Amino acid sequence: MEVLGYYNYWVFAVLLMIGFYAVIARSNLIKKLLGLAIFQSAVFLMYITMNKVEGGTAPIIQKGVVDQIFSNPLPQVLILTAIVVGVSTTALGLAIVVRIKETYGSIEEHEIFEADLPK
Amino acid sequence: MITVFAVFLLTLLVITAVAIVRTENLFIAVMLAAIFSLLMAANFFILDAADVALTEAAVGAGVTTVIFLSALALTASQERAKPSARMLSVGVVSVTVVVLLYATFDKPRLGDPNAPVQQHVAPWYLEQTPELIDIPNVVTAVLASFRGYDTLGEVFVVLAACIGVLFVLSAGTSGGPQPVRPETPGLRHHLIPKVVGRLLVPFIILFGLYVQFHGEYGPGGGFQAGAIIATAFILHALLEGESAGLRAIPRSALLTMAAGGAIIYAGVGILTMLLGGSFLDYSVLHSNSVKGQQYGIIAIEAGVGITVCGALLAIFHAFAAREQS
Repeated sequence: MEVLGYYNYWVFAVLLMIGFYAVIARSNLIKKLLGLAIFQSAVFLMYITMNKVEGGTAPIIQKGVVDQIFSNPLPQVLILTAIVVGVSTTALGLAIVVRIKETYGSIEEHEIFEADLPK
Repeated sequence: MITVFAVFLLTLLVITAVAIVRTENLFIAVMLAAIFSLLMAANFFILDAADVALTEAAVGAGVTTVIFLSALALTASQERAKPSARMLSVGVVSVTVVVLLYATFDKPRLGDPNAPVQQHVAPWYLEQTPELIDIPNVVTAVLASFRGYDTLGEVFVVLAACIGVLFVLSAGTSGGPQPVRPETPGLRHHLIPKVVGRLLVPFIILFGLYVQFHGEYGPGGGFQAGAIIATAFILHALLEGESAGLRAIPRSALLTMAAGGAIIYAGVGILTMLLGGSFLDYSVLHSNSVKGQQYGIIAIEAGVGITVCGALLAIFHAFAAREQS
């Protein structure tokens, strides 16, 4: 059980790098944005992992119940807003990809670079 | 038992992420990304973050997927991969994973009540919320009152991103919003989606309103409610066609909503200053400071919900109304 206490963090590290791999190794721009979304989710997972307290519950206080243990509300607040900001910024990225497609006729990085080469 | 389930879900997350990166069909990748978000939401729920799970399910699995799909419709649904420096990337990523895994052993293990993060301000929030604000959901209290500045900033980031999308997608056209393609039938001629969708839309909106107004007592609040209500209108636009969707809520109304919600939020802050308090200190809104805090939270949560709903819908329509080149 002691070892499993780190499993969340291992998944965080692996997910972070899977997302990063998509950003640096794939040439498709939409794939890069999906990779960035995975990267972002990995960070969310790390924060939410830190908020867990053993034997705790969601931080919603019930009147008349004493000696309850609550998980940490602060990482939840940060990540809750970050998720909504994340979708807005992803949409901005997609809008730029759509414009690139209309200008270059492609969303593959290597084809865009070739089109930009001086002839 | 819950540990086994958590390990199973986390492993599924990794498998899904690998599948997203490996597949060359972008449509499959986006669908897998929706599954990834749903698994992530389940993980958040296991980790006691009910509010975050609700947001991830509504935004990640719902709105993000639709926006990705409408972008795919305008670009390409198949990746044309080119094997470039792949070994180098694998090398860089592997080395970084090893370093990160090594670093995790310095972290406190999952659920450790003595971890530094549990000792700092969190106990103060949990102790003071019943006294100062007296609402059950501490997450809402921190979000809307204790750290209201942060949330105001986030709302303006959402608004700025919405304006950015509209600017980028309206460039290259002859000013003003583009005309809507008349030949967008939506799914009107498919019986089952039409019947089921029409039945669902009002209930999704009702659930969104419940999440909005119940945010002080249970998981929920403006961010989640805005996303859920936006999903209902996106479903309506998908079923009835883009032009019918824009007739239900015209573009100008969406922009008014996106900006108006942010103005409501900032306006509450200025009102508290005029009443003699500091910016976003709701205590002065009522002779009883606890009541004042609750009024302030209800007002700014409404502003957040209106902005998020308006901004997400405006972003969706900007993609959906665009002609495929």
